[in-house]
Amino acid sequence: MESERQRPLVQMLGITKSFASVRANRGIDFDVFAGEVHTLLGENGAGKSTLMNILNGLYQPDAGSIRVKGRECRFSSPREAIAAGIGMVHQHFMLVPVLTVWENLVMGLPGLKAVLPKRDVIRKIGELSDRYGLDVEPEAQVWQLSVGEQQRVEILKMLYRNAEVLVLDEPTSVLTPQEVRRLFDTIRQMTAEGHGVVFISHKLDEVMEISDRITILRSGEVVETLPGRMATREMLAEKMVGRKIVFAVDKAVLNPGDTVLEAEGICALNDRGLPAIRNLSLSIREGEILGIAGIAGNGQKELCEALTGLRPIHFGRVLLRGKDMTGRKPMDFLQAGVSYIPADRKGTGLVGAMNLRENFALKNFWRKPYARGPFLSWESIAGETGRIVERFGVSAPGLGIPVRNLSGGNQQRLMLGRELSGTPDLIVAMQPTWGLDVGATEFVRDQLLRQRERGAAVLLVSEDLEEVLALSDRLAVIHKGEIMGMVEDPRSASEEELGLMMAGIRREPAIEGEKAR
Amino acid sequence: MKPRFRIERRLEVPSWMNWSIPAGAVAVALAAGAVLLSFLGVSPLAAYKAMVQGSLGDAWGISETIVKAIPLTLAGLAVGLAFTMVVWNIGAEGQIVMGALAAVAVVRYAFVDNSLVILSLMFLAACIAGGLWAGFAGFLKARWNVNETITTLMMNYIAILLADYFIYGPWRDPSSLGFPMTTPFPDAARLPVLGGTRVHVGIFLAIGLAILFRVLYRWTKWGFELRVIGNNPNAARYAGINDLKNVVLAMFLSGAVAGIAGMTEVAGLQGRLQPGFSGGYGFTAIIVAWLARLNPMATILVSFLLGALLVGGDTLQVVMRLPLASVQVLQGLILFCVLGAEFFRNYRIVFIRGGE
Repeated sequence: MESERQRPLVQMLGITKSFASVRANRGIDFDVFAGEVHTLLGENGAGKSTLMNILNGLYQPDAGSIRVKGRECRFSSPREAIAAGIGMVHQHFMLVPVLTVWENLVMGLPGLKAVLPKRDVIRKIGELSDRYGLDVEPEAQVWQLSVGEQQRVEILKMLYRNAEVLVLDEPTSVLTPQEVRRLFDTIRQMTAEGHGVVFISHKLDEVMEISDRITILRSGEVVETLPGRMATREMLAEKMVGRKIVFAVDKAVLNPGDTVLEAEGICALNDRGLPAIRNLSLSIREGEILGIAGIAGNGQKELCEALTGLRPIHFGRVLLRGKDMTGRKPMDFLQAGVSYIPADRKGTGLVGAMNLRENFALKNFWRKPYARGPFLSWESIAGETGRIVERFGVSAPGLGIPVRNLSGGNQQRLMLGRELSGTPDLIVAMQPTWGLDVGATEFVRDQLLRQRERGAAVLLVSEDLEEVLALSDRLAVIHKGEIMGMVEDPRSASEEELGLMMAGIRREPAIEGEKAR
Repeated sequence: MKPRFRIERRLEVPSWMNWSIPAGAVAVALAAGAVLLSFLGVSPLAAYKAMVQGSLGDAWGISETIVKAIPLTLAGLAVGLAFTMVVWNIGAEGQIVMGALAAVAVVRYAFVDNSLVILSLMFLAACIAGGLWAGFAGFLKARWNVNETITTLMMNYIAILLADYFIYGPWRDPSSLGFPMTTPFPDAARLPVLGGTRVHVGIFLAIGLAILFRVLYRWTKWGFELRVIGNNPNAARYAGINDLKNVVLAMFLSGAVAGIAGMTEVAGLQGRLQPGFSGGYGFTAIIVAWLARLNPMATILVSFLLGALLVGGDTLQVVMRLPLASVQVLQGLILFCVLGAEFFRNYRIVFIRGGE
């Protein structure tokens, strides 16, 4: 009995893994005991995902061993890992949208009969839901569920497969503050029942709230493992980055100028042809940052694309400095001085196989002096690319290497440099700091503030509430393509109130509220 | 039992592999071919020697290799252009036929005595015919997202059978004693040849177009747009590039260049249209473009080597009395190995040391 408690559920010893020339993990020791939350903290590229993918059987380590309850194991697939009691909930869910919840749960189970034991499954789901507070309708189809509910299904799936260790990869990034609290209740219930939980996050407040132990990774190595109650925000950040971090954002007081962008009651569809933006209106002035807060997938991407000419607008109008731009081509928006920093760097903002010069040319090849008649002037392109690399601190071995060989932070610096170099009038920035380390995040935020001081209008879309609160002059909360409320002074907004708006509860103006009463 | 090795994707391809892997593949293919040849009772060494001798051993052999390399280069450039923007034009064969058909039509219905005028007209007609044939498939793709692989492939058969209709029907040479061929071209409509060989001035067109394509890809806005579309269509749209318009345009140009190959074949070599005159250049061009990694200059070199393989195969038939099928098996082996070896460029095999 005693020895059972002292022996970890999972123990990883001396894990080393390299990809080509990059050593993602170097001699990492990591363990999880029954009944604890062990957090894995680190910047992007610190090796968290690699380590967990090794535990989950997606990768095989070059060296080192994994022990489950003292027995040495080797997993060559996630199926083998779950059979040994290790389940992972990925950031991007692995569910089949057209199947029901209970079908998703039994799908892929070994030894399944031709006729599915529906009643047994649903009964077991009910038991698990009650025990862990994971409410979900077993007969609902997954596509009908909210993101938070889908996450519950993923956790249920792992519990249904008798996972003793649950790895949760950035589980809070898709949740409202209220849903986060609920998830934490579930995690506490699981640890109380003797499960071990590995929690991956870079949000320091959450980490300090939930963790029993915290292991900090930096460049593939363990910096330190410490008890959660001993951690402070500043200490964690410093260990994670390797230097002191200042959290406050220095923002100059500005008087906004003329209106740059106006959207009047616009409606747009998503890629599946369903309404994504409904009757949405907003305006941004010179020297102003308008923040858009909301949970992922509530029309943010569609909004950005509609405002940059990339997505057709079915109703309503978009005006740039009073000029009607509705129905104009993306090139017209570019020529009108609209910059767009998409969330999807690799998929949209950059061409991975092309080099730095060519990626600068991507948004500038049509204009002088980079184009001369039908020809390109690689000389001026290279010159300006070099200046951007220097000014924005892109660290690259040369201008001729493919950008996919750059780190995420350097890719973002390059893209930012390109988008901000032509003194744009309007900057639409979606998730500009997503996946960046603390240092790069500081840099990006600073650049956006500088553009604001220069007099540009900035639309900042972010799922990071802290970020939009810190940077925005005004803040709108989006839910299912509609604006739920406009906050004129973001610094005084309560997280509770924002959370409700993010969940789709409209903020009524005070007068109307009284009328209703 | 766990596997002792695993396959990993290469993150970077060392430059020495660009030549060593194809070379190694050819060696493997020749070894496999040697087994085949010995079963046929032929000394492999003698056979390979005959192939090299026949295709590269003397001036005549080299000139014949060049004759085959000309249409391969043109068609290789044509499909390479479409492939650059990840549009799968596998209809170069049909576009070659349409180009040839248009050239013959010009000779038949719009003959002018002046050689330069008639050749220019034939050139233009071939470009337009091949261009429209491919551009139509491009239009279908851009307008309704119709799969261009299917349409271009199917349009090959339409073109080939259309040509057969004219050759067997209205355009058949009355003095051909019933053989399926059109009336021979007058001399003014023939491309000049170099020296006493069969190498025609199409060679300059092929080299010139390769250089033009190189400049297009490297130095022009349009070439840059095409490369962006091919590498990342999302990024292209994001950069304000009209990818749909470019699909139609690039397909038209691709078909036009293939059409030129058809025109130079009839005007440079046969001087008339016969069934199966193209001999599958349009299909071999797909391999050419692929092996040349869509690089216009490399296309010339690869076409020359593949031309040598074709000529060497012909020699083998004549000198070694080998059946045509066995020669084609040998050629197939070499192409199979070279294309299959691409795997080793993209992946590597890592052996796992130690065990449980």
